[in-house]
Amino acid sequence: MSELMDLYQEVILDHTRRPRNFGSLDSATHRAEGDNPLCGDKVSVALELDGDVVRDIRFQGKGCAISTASASMMTELLKGQKAALLATAFRQFQDLVTGQAIEPPDDLGKLVAFAGVAAFPVRVKCATLAWHTAKAALENSQQPITTE
Amino acid sequence: MRRATLPSVQPAAPPLDVDRLRRDFPILSSRAAGKPLVYLDSAASTQKPAPVIEAMNAFYREGYSNIHRGLYALSLEATEAYEEVRGKVQRFINARESREVVFVRGTTEAINLVAGTLARQRLESGDEILVSTLEHHSNIVPWQRICEEKGGVLRVAPIDDKGEVRLEAFEQALGPRTRLVAIAHVSNALGTVNPVAEMVRMAHRRGIPVLVDGAQAAPHLQLDVQALDCDFYAFSGHKVYGPTGVGVLYGKASLLEAMPPYQSGGEMIRSVSFERTSYKEIPYRFEAGTPDIVGVIGLGAALDYLGTIGLECIAAHESELLSHAAEALASVPGVRVVGQAGRKAGVLSFVVEGAHPHDVGTILDREGIAIRGGHHCAQPLMERLGLPATARASFGLYNSHAEVDRLVDGVRKVREIFGSCPS
Ligand SMILES: Cc1ncc(COP(=O)(O)O)c(C=O)c1O
Repeated sequence: MSELMDLYQEVILDHTRRPRNFGSLDSATHRAEGDNPLCGDKVSVALELDGDVVRDIRFQGKGCAISTASASMMTELLKGQKAALLATAFRQFQDLVTGQAIEPPDDLGKLVAFAGVAAFPVRVKCATLAWHTAKAALENSQQPITTE
Repeated sequence: MRRATLPSVQPAAPPLDVDRLRRDFPILSSRAAGKPLVYLDSAASTQKPAPVIEAMNAFYREGYSNIHRGLYALSLEATEAYEEVRGKVQRFINARESREVVFVRGTTEAINLVAGTLARQRLESGDEILVSTLEHHSNIVPWQRICEEKGGVLRVAPIDDKGEVRLEAFEQALGPRTRLVAIAHVSNALGTVNPVAEMVRMAHRRGIPVLVDGAQAAPHLQLDVQALDCDFYAFSGHKVYGPTGVGVLYGKASLLEAMPPYQSGGEMIRSVSFERTSYKEIPYRFEAGTPDIVGVIGLGAALDYLGTIGLECIAAHESELLSHAAEALASVPGVRVVGQAGRKAGVLSFVVEGAHPHDVGTILDREGIAIRGGHHCAQPLMERLGLPATARASFGLYNSHAEVDRLVDGVRKVREIFGSCPS
């Protein structure tokens, strides 16, 4: 039970039930879509950049608790920050959820709650889907992102 | 042979001794997450009883060689053992003749075989192939591709909100341009048992051949392809307690005989010259190359095993288990069973309010319970149901009431963790 409690922490469940920055973003300058064919999770991420600052970011989609909460908390983290934060935070986040933290997760804030994912390797893709998608959006990738 | 002599009202099947049968399956005594494994994913693939594992092992040790070509005793015996299984399959599905049984890799290949031969031969621009909303992707995509190639149209018989294909709607979808019907006997996502015999009658009245995807029916229902009168019937060995890598395409001899070869190469030819090649008779024409010989031997052992238990007894046990599970799960607040067909087999799909099926699967996994969460290779069906995914528990002859109770306890735990959804 305790591994499950680590995975489904209150902050994660809260973001699952009430996702932040959820919806469409008409002023978006960058957007991308991602899916996880294994479970049918789908997410789209839209960002509005002002120079190198993320002025606004929203996500939409349907997914499990882990992918929804990860998307929601990622948007909170990035909003108002320099776009370059995505790359460093994503690296730290990936290390965190795969249980091989090399750098300290200094840039992750509340997202350290996702450390519990490391005990559930099949859920790593759920946790990282929105991140891959945001990265693709910033890179202006035209290809839909898939975790497969 | 079997069905024909049975009275229409069948005697109640004797109960299965599940505790004893479970001991036939070595894997069922293993543990998962520190608890006895509860395997509820038989629709994906069944576990294997010791007689199957041992038959394959013994064949490798004592009986193995290539078939249909050796002049020596070992090869003749291997060929005999292989061909004997064709007879076992014939009896299992009550086919008229054993040459109507083609060994393939599985249901997927069986369907591709018919798509690549009969459908390719018959389809012309504007012609239609009819499937239903609840098909597995493997009974959609091969038809879609042949339609693309030939300028044909894939039509879809709809389901109602209970998850049933209504006969009236099905009949309406049959048109003057319909050249083939491809329909699941049992839905892998909802468990719905389709009224296949009636569907075949409706199609035949218009001269349309019917392929039945029996992947999910073969482990649960007593089959009789002559009573169904279907033209093709496909199933997979690994879903009937046999090994992976082998499956069956049944086809009426008259249709198989008129079909061109599927794959080509060795084994399927009568004579080859660079000017002209002539092909063997059915079923060998469709079995190019060295087949999965040991897989076929294992399939034979699986059918023998099922024969000693009896499909009627298995069906009665599973159907009782299914109603118990449906009732018990529906009594958990926030749980909804998906698919309310009047007749179901083997499969129970459900959703838990506030918890994605993926999360349900993870939590149950930590309780040692293996279920499936996802779209079950039936995305058009999920779309129709307005669900991204469902959780699916599916049953085999070895599942017990106690295991269903553990599933229900596990789902209660899901509710505990996720609480009730405030939205
Ligand atoms: C209804 C149905 N059709 C076809 C298939 C494909 O079977 P296989 O993967 O063994 O070829 C499956 C397997 O999941 C199924 O459930």
